[in-house]
Amino acid sequence: MKRLLNWAKRLSVAAIIVSACALPFSQVLAQTPPNVLVVGQIAEPKSLDPQAVTAVNDFRILMNVYDGLVRYKDGALEVEPSLATSWTISEGGTVYTFKLRDGVSFHDGTPFNADAVKFNFDRMLDEKHPYHNTGPFPLSFFFSAVDKVTTIDDSTVQFKLKNPYAPFLSNLAYPTGLIVSPAGVKKHGKDFGRNPVGTGAFKFAEWESNAKIVVTRNDNYWDGAAKLEAVVFRPITDGNTRVAEMLSGGIDMMVEVPPDSVAKFDGQPGYQLFEQAGPHVWFLILNIKEGPFADKRVRQAANYAINKKALVENVLQGTAAIAAGPTPPAFSWAYNDALQPYPYDPEKAKSLIKAAGADGAELTFYVTEGGSGMLDPVPMGAAIQADLAKIGLKVKIETYEWNTFLGKVNPGLEGKADMAEMAWMTNDPDTLPYLALRTGAWPDKGGFNSGYYSNPEVDDLLEAARSSTDQSERATLYKKMQTIVQEDAPWVFVANWKQNAVTSSAVKNFALQPSFFLTLHKTTK
Amino acid sequence: MANYIFKRLIAMFPVMLGLTVIVFTIMAMIPGDPALAILGSYATPENVEKLNRDLGLDKPLVEQYLIWLGNLLTGDLGRSYNLNRPVLDEVLERFSATLILAGASLLLCSILGLLAGVISAVHQFGWADRAITFLVLIGISMPSFWLGLLLILVFAVNLKWLPASGMYAIYGGGDLADLFSHLLLPAFTLAVVATGVIARLTRASMLEVLRQDYIRTARAKGVAERSVIYKHAFKAALVTVIPVIGIQAGLVLGGAVYIETVFQWPGIGRMLVKAISTRDILLVQGGVLVVAASYVLFNLLADVVQHLLDPRLKS
Repeated sequence: MKRLLNWAKRLSVAAIIVSACALPFSQVLAQTPPNVLVVGQIAEPKSLDPQAVTAVNDFRILMNVYDGLVRYKDGALEVEPSLATSWTISEGGTVYTFKLRDGVSFHDGTPFNADAVKFNFDRMLDEKHPYHNTGPFPLSFFFSAVDKVTTIDDSTVQFKLKNPYAPFLSNLAYPTGLIVSPAGVKKHGKDFGRNPVGTGAFKFAEWESNAKIVVTRNDNYWDGAAKLEAVVFRPITDGNTRVAEMLSGGIDMMVEVPPDSVAKFDGQPGYQLFEQAGPHVWFLILNIKEGPFADKRVRQAANYAINKKALVENVLQGTAAIAAGPTPPAFSWAYNDALQPYPYDPEKAKSLIKAAGADGAELTFYVTEGGSGMLDPVPMGAAIQADLAKIGLKVKIETYEWNTFLGKVNPGLEGKADMAEMAWMTNDPDTLPYLALRTGAWPDKGGFNSGYYSNPEVDDLLEAARSSTDQSERATLYKKMQTIVQEDAPWVFVANWKQNAVTSSAVKNFALQPSFFLTLHKTTK
Repeated sequence: MANYIFKRLIAMFPVMLGLTVIVFTIMAMIPGDPALAILGSYATPENVEKLNRDLGLDKPLVEQYLIWLGNLLTGDLGRSYNLNRPVLDEVLERFSATLILAGASLLLCSILGLLAGVISAVHQFGWADRAITFLVLIGISMPSFWLGLLLILVFAVNLKWLPASGMYAIYGGGDLADLFSHLLLPAFTLAVVATGVIARLTRASMLEVLRQDYIRTARAKGVAERSVIYKHAFKAALVTVIPVIGIQAGLVLGGAVYIETVFQWPGIGRMLVKAISTRDILLVQGGVLVVAASYVLFNLLADVVQHLLDPRLKS
């Protein structure tokens, strides 16, 4: 027996020695290599084929490997030249002619030219294209207005649209519009997404599944070579683990810091916290077709009754700002500054409820457990339920997993629920109202107007704004639309998410973009 | 013996086939589909329909299943909708990571569990027994994902001795020492509950054996005490414990789902969670097949070892 105990002792001594050996070794590991930026991402990307993906998480990598014909200006949501140096728009707004940048090559050495641009859009839009089978391309409808792409000469390309469509330029700046190497697609076929080739500031080096994606500096970048030697993107799905990696020095930058952990970094030595309001809006869809919310007074009452300040400060811990209307302020040129959020006024809400005779009404509220851009939907739903109870509305919550939730909400709330949580992130001020507030966007017509809002004046404004190519005219139309929609209150306007990121203090020349993309071209470490 | 193993292996096939039918049906029954998951808030009926057509999901369910089964016979598990790569590549890569984690953890819990159980039994009601029983109770009761976070906090964030997550260092590394330093925390976390179970069972089983007549006889004959315990008692007790270790192997594989998430271990558990939430049916099928097969094989292995150890079963 003694021997057995001795054995146990020896074993524990061995264990201590082994961990001691691992000690100096892993302390070296905890530091990231010099001039290489390690970014903690929220998930493994689906693909690095820009036309095949839909998630912001994937866009963050893509924007550093590819360029589009145009791109968003630093810190804004307005477009500027990128692979195209200039462009003209025809009188009717249906023909766009782009002059392309000379002397640009893809990372595989093949030239970027008009043929490459045509190849990109034909691959995505033409079902008969020999490489259309390298898809599917879920967001190709961004370019469904494109009728035909023609190469005029080697450095001029022309897009003919079926009808005037103002968001076209902005969509070209979106990842779906990034230009891939035709030679790369031909070489790798369906596996192009794992062997991406673009023209961007960094070129793809390595993808080790579920561990890391490495991109290295493109020394011949047309906009000046990046300072960083390489960037490593690591998928770390669990928020707490991401925070632990940041604290232990395993990553230099993390995106989407959980609200509870912001205080660990904010103002702490060694870290920098970045925040940037983005093109995001979190709202409640109200069912206008039937039930208490058919009455505008009850909808306005809900807007007055919900304490949005408490939601963004307590539940979301300052990671969002109060929303005033349907358009996020990030679209500064189209945003109506005169709009004030509905103030928190339970007394006014009560009197509106009384006037409408909706006192004690019972409501069904769809809440989701999570989902893209949904922030902290369960506690938010509970807080909203409590606020509405204070003005005499009995809210019954039904919680669903995200995909199930979408399957219930997108076909319309009629006969099922009175209200539902929802959030959208878009790259232009056109898409959300066009798909979610127009009469022509009711669910049975293929849109997302799940609460059945209908106002002919808003319909006209949205159509006009979408087809005009004059930005100031578009701005006027959108500002007017926001005033009307806020008054009609088809939604409860709740919050605009502020995207956040933390970097170690060694990281310089970094800023978050209102597009929510991550651009590391000028960043140093 | 060979005959027995062969029969058990043959019996695996109907089990696996039934399993794929069940998984396929469940995945088809839960609301939402891959197109909806991919498109998110852009999921208009029109877009969903188009994407489903592109993905080949517009065909009747039975036809989809038969196509999948036909491809399976040729060794083709299909292509994941969400990872855009062959299911087989992904599953094998992920499963080997899980095997490393689960294997290390199984080894750890077997050694620690048996050792603790034997010490506990030999010193019944002594201080060592009490201490071990107390620790085992804590180990069994503690949620392992929480323990994992706690260990990360202590060893990675505060002491900076071990890496917080992942399987290899992201730059450099990649060798055995690197793997070992990454493996230590997750394997230990995963082993804790199983260690407790094995320790308790070993203790009970040893106590029972130690009361047997032949032990008394051995002692009376003057056989040295450590020989009585190790040669006579422990070997007999092992026969009861081995099948339980086999069952623990299954539980360790299941528990790997949480631990892989906490430690970002690139294993099959984490893959399955993601595949289910994105309705990636083919990936779920591939993953479940591999996990189920390994579960059955582990149990078979345990049975075989038990046969070899137990002279009564040999005939």
